[in-house]
Amino acid sequence: MTKKIMIVGVGGQGTLLASRILGNTVINEGYDVKVSEVHGMSQRGGSVVTYVKYGDAVYSPIIDRGEADIILAFEMLEAYRAMPYLKKGGKIIVNTQEIDPMPVITGAMKYPENIDKKLQDKLDVTLVDALSLAEEAGNFKAVNVVLIGVMAKSTDIPYEKWVETIKNTVPPKFLDVNLKAFDLGYKL
Amino acid sequence: MKKLLLGNAAVAQGAYEAGVRVVASYPGTPSTEITENIVKYDEIYAEWSPNEKVAAEVAIGASIGGARSMSCMKHVGLNVMADPVFTVSYTGVNGGLVFCVADDPGMHSSQNEQDSRHYAKASKITMLEPSDSQECKEFTRLAFELSEEFDTPVFIRLSTRVSHSQSLVEIGERKDIELKPYEKNVGKYVMMPANAVKRHVVVEERIAKLKDFAEDCSFNTVEMNDTKIGVIASGIAYMYAKEALGDNASYLKLGMVYPMPEKLILDFASKVDKLYVIEELDPIIEDHCKSLGLEVSGKDVFTLLGEYTPTMIKSAVLGTAPAEQAEIEEAIPARPPVLCPGCPHRGVFYVLKKLGLVVSGDIGCYTLGAIPPLASVDTTICMGASVSAALGMAKARGSEFNKKLVSVIGDSTFMHSGITGLIDIVYNKGNNTVIILDNSITGMTGHQDNPTTGYTIRGEETKQVNLLTLCKAIGIEHVCVADPFDIKNFEKVVKEETQREEPSVIIAQRPCALLKSVSYTSHCKITENCKKCKMCMKLGCPAISEDGAGGVKIDLTQCNGCGLCINVCPFDAIVKEG
Repeated sequence: MTKKIMIVGVGGQGTLLASRILGNTVINEGYDVKVSEVHGMSQRGGSVVTYVKYGDAVYSPIIDRGEADIILAFEMLEAYRAMPYLKKGGKIIVNTQEIDPMPVITGAMKYPENIDKKLQDKLDVTLVDALSLAEEAGNFKAVNVVLIGVMAKSTDIPYEKWVETIKNTVPPKFLDVNLKAFDLGYKL
Repeated sequence: MKKLLLGNAAVAQGAYEAGVRVVASYPGTPSTEITENIVKYDEIYAEWSPNEKVAAEVAIGASIGGARSMSCMKHVGLNVMADPVFTVSYTGVNGGLVFCVADDPGMHSSQNEQDSRHYAKASKITMLEPSDSQECKEFTRLAFELSEEFDTPVFIRLSTRVSHSQSLVEIGERKDIELKPYEKNVGKYVMMPANAVKRHVVVEERIAKLKDFAEDCSFNTVEMNDTKIGVIASGIAYMYAKEALGDNASYLKLGMVYPMPEKLILDFASKVDKLYVIEELDPIIEDHCKSLGLEVSGKDVFTLLGEYTPTMIKSAVLGTAPAEQAEIEEAIPARPPVLCPGCPHRGVFYVLKKLGLVVSGDIGCYTLGAIPPLASVDTTICMGASVSAALGMAKARGSEFNKKLVSVIGDSTFMHSGITGLIDIVYNKGNNTVIILDNSITGMTGHQDNPTTGYTIRGEETKQVNLLTLCKAIGIEHVCVADPFDIKNFEKVVKEETQREEPSVIIAQRPCALLKSVSYTSHCKITENCKKCKMCMKLGCPAISEDGAGGVKIDLTQCNGCGLCINVCPFDAIVKEG
């Protein structure tokens, strides 16, 4: 059975690193894996979506609506936008950070209100203030690794395996901050 | 050993294992990471060329010189290099020659979604299309052998989902391929009419041989399951079909999309009840099947537009309803890409918008200057068109219009094909003003060096093309350098230069805010002096937004302290914190 995880956020939030940590952890568990990323223009502050799929044999690298087992959302509006992709009974982990998109900044549209409640009405939601936890770990940019920590707990891959991948993926000078960030998310 | 690799990294690995010696490319999403990964192998000479035509010619020269060589580009880059490509089809190769082209269905980062498979047929160059990273590696490796065996360049065609998906790849060793001897062969390599006439005969013979090869090669595979439905597919569309239909269908997977087999297709078709061709973009395989007299379903049930999904295929072939999903019950704001906080282009567009100029735009991050609130770019066609199209506009509408018209073009795009347009302006007595957005790097594709940065692809120091002396050398007498963050002066310069009855160039010089060498510190803060005039919001900085109480707030996680907002605030109400 293929497990389907979607990572959504705003270009620049570090979703690519999160997908790489996830992808490299699951291959070490012996699964077939596909990770579909977005490069180029969308990375400039636009919506970014990464798909990670693993199982015995994975064909398509993308995830359709109503199919994701887990959605890891780095931002509230992006969590809301991704809502239709979650499968019935799936789980969405949401960083409570809000980043205004340009149509909101220019006043053309309003940032939707009470997204948390709208998500909770329909889905199994875990809300996380990952920004505060990242700051507690020593760098607000570690939001991605905090969220990976939260997600890691809901997989059957042991803690040590995640730590091993982080050690192999993150540059040495940021390792301590990232390991602390992972712990704060994992222990939540 | 197996490794998780991007399709693009796997192409690089395949080229490495095939003993490639020379790789020349121009960056373009989704192809860029192929050449970036080539740099990891010390045995290979790699370069960023000024444009795709030059890159292809470097690779062609290396092939004639006896080396296995490759050039990689995005789909629109293939248009730029089409000229040498159509003729190297006639000359054939010495060392194996591969052109790897990445299409962008869905236009994640492109100005059109052309289907590059048309080029294979038009130029009579064989084309392979892998479906995942393992095939990216294997097909690339084998492409060099195919190239030498049939004396032909070979296309590898990728698409965004193949280029930018990571999957497992079995890593192999590099094959030690000797440089082939160079022998002068005028009949083969000098394409003047008398020789080309003879070479065209060779091309047609080669295609006939490759058609036979396609009937029975490892690139094309048949998988028989339930025979009620038969699917012919290639590339990523095969993966979508396989996921959607599983064992409920039989498959003919075409790894070689030009030339296509005939007997193999007819044989497969005879074994299934209903035949579908599943391919993104144009009906190329479908038309081939129809030319064989087959009844197939293709674009009658599948769209010509954008990317496919397994759900789309299930619905079209099996009539299955999509999975149950939670609907969003209101209109929500889109999140288009934006110029980054600290982006030097922001100052330029702020001024151009303020002056109400017509802006002839180009390809790069600065295309985002078309999006509100900066909303100042009027046109974007292709690499370099900002300069030459502005000359056409001025010739069409006269000198008063020209005084309200500027071109904007990045440093790398200017090197790529802006310089020729500028020469046209000088030669044909244009009075245009061209603004070169010199941010010291190729930005949009993720920071590649170019002839104006002073570094090679491997980060070695090299001669730096000086934009100012270059423009002067071709005959532009009024060339100046201005900092786009010094808003007052930049506005003054633009006003002066556009009023001239002579051509002029403004080099807007400030490095990309994402460069490691740029160290904006701290962040900006709104003080109690704020009169809520919202002038700062006209910058379209993603860090500045309304605070919900009629005023303005700065998001500290986004602000990098570039200070441009301080320069536009009329009340000195924004300060640097710390």
